Amino acid sequence: MSAELDDLYQEVILDHGRRPRNFRPLPDATARAEGLNPLCGDHYTVYLKLDGERIADVSFQGAGCAISKASASLMTSALKGKTVAEAEETFRRFHAMVVQGDRGQAEALGKLAVLKGVCDFPTRVKCASLVWHTLHNALAGERRPASTE
Amino acid sequence: MSLLAGMARPEPFDVERVRRDFPILRQKVRGKPLVYLDSAATAHKPQAVVDAVARFYLEDNSNVHRGVHALSERATAAFEAARAKVAGFIGAADPREVIFVRGTTEAVNLVAQTFGRTRVGAGDEVLITEMEHHSNIVPWQMLCQEKGAKLEVAPVDDRGDLVLDELERRLTPRTRLLAVTHVSNALGTVNPVRRIVEMAHARGVPVLVDGAQAVPHLPVDVQELGCDFYALSGHKVFGPTGIGALWGKAEHLEAMPPWQGGGDMILSVSFERTVYNQIPYKFEAGTPHTAGAVGLGAAVDWLQGLDRAGAGAHERDLLAYGTARLQEVPGLRLVGTAREKAGVLSFVLDDIHPHDVGTVLDREGVAIRTGHHCAQPVLQRFGLQATARASLALYNTRAEIDALVQGLHRVKEMFR
Repeated sequence: MSAELDDLYQEVILDHGRRPRNFRPLPDATARAEGLNPLCGDHYTVYLKLDGERIADVSFQGAGCAISKASASLMTSALKGKTVAEAEETFRRFHAMVVQGDRGQAEALGKLAVLKGVCDFPTRVKCASLVWHTLHNALAGERRPASTE
Repeated sequence: MSLLAGMARPEPFDVERVRRDFPILRQKVRGKPLVYLDSAATAHKPQAVVDAVARFYLEDNSNVHRGVHALSERATAAFEAARAKVAGFIGAADPREVIFVRGTTEAVNLVAQTFGRTRVGAGDEVLITEMEHHSNIVPWQMLCQEKGAKLEVAPVDDRGDLVLDELERRLTPRTRLLAVTHVSNALGTVNPVRRIVEMAHARGVPVLVDGAQAVPHLPVDVQELGCDFYALSGHKVFGPTGIGALWGKAEHLEAMPPWQGGGDMILSVSFERTVYNQIPYKFEAGTPHTAGAVGLGAAVDWLQGLDRAGAGAHERDLLAYGTARLQEVPGLRLVGTAREKAGVLSFVLDDIHPHDVGTVLDREGVAIRTGHHCAQPVLQRFGLQATARASLALYNTRAEIDALVQGLHRVKEMFR
């Protein structure tokens, strides 16, 4: 099995894919958004509960591959308690790491860094970034489903 | 060519010899021999097709139906020869009934926008089936929306067979057209087109058949099928991309209004009035994909030069072998187990997402398709968003099925 594949499907990712954290609806959500990857049918809803500028709670539901589910699980875990500005900054760094392959971002991203291997799989980058685009839309109050296309 | 050579029987089908016609198959991917199981998405091209396209550009390139010069004459002859080859390939009575289009999608849109628009009105119905590819759904949906007509859908059963009684029940006095696929790209089901056409014609309903997935696997005779329109894509039948054919009965084509306006589809133009050309040119506005048509003609020649009965037997063996081997993989469920199938092994594996299956297989050199295969409604019918799909062509081997199965065991190890 290739090293890149082991890097992509690290135990942490497989664990989050199998047992996603924050995988539930948020009845008192103040914002929510849908994300859809039309190429593969991955479909998620991200729920946000904002307390002023702070993310009091964040969760998600939906269906998709191990990468997209792990990414959502790790994202929601990382952002709880952060400010909106911090969340957007994390998104920027995450995007640079998985889309542009800037591995230098890994250190600042903490646990999210386990997804850095995704940049070696161009067809899977969208799997990792879909829920982040969805979160971004939820923060911006965007009504249309986020799409990676 | 001497008469004797023209009548020579092809040599018995030999997959190893056929594979030598496909240079692209002789490569390693990620250090492993390529195992290409995605021919339902697009098939590879034999050397003869690549050569024909190259030769056209190197020697005959010119515009068709226009110039008085030698090259234009040769290009026109090559283009029209390709039309005749396609006509012969699908058993058309007359090459004028073959319209060159970009592919099946464009063929369906052409019929929807001409035949459909003049026949379908408010309150009318267009009947399709649950197993259609998006390209045989959306053009009809657009037409129905425009006209205030209703899109009716005939269901499939749990195996992936059309429920013919239900289809028949949906052929009503308001049905203006039935559009049905010959072979399902997502399930592999081969539909009993001839019987379906008989049902529809008994009620005066014309039938369009999407043949994109059928022509690479089955001998097709449009007159025997009895349908009104038959659509195919060149790239799925070992020809180039960007070229395909719509066959239609001459009486329909002649009655239909033109679709796109432009050069080649006219006899004369003034600002007051344009007189349209005869079929098939009426539907071929603009400079066509001449090299593509020549390549498609070469693909037809190549295919017809094979022992097709032997090729068919080889493909049936592969499908049966693949079905049996996949069913040995614990946790694997085949999606689409119709009584008659061609070329497609769609499946899900435990609760591992097909995308993850596809990524691991790719690292083993095994190319499959994952996702909804542009047939979301039929996957929803099976309660799925996506499947993994291994699709077969006559150049595949049992050893490649073995590589797929071995790869699936790797997938299971990784996600256990």
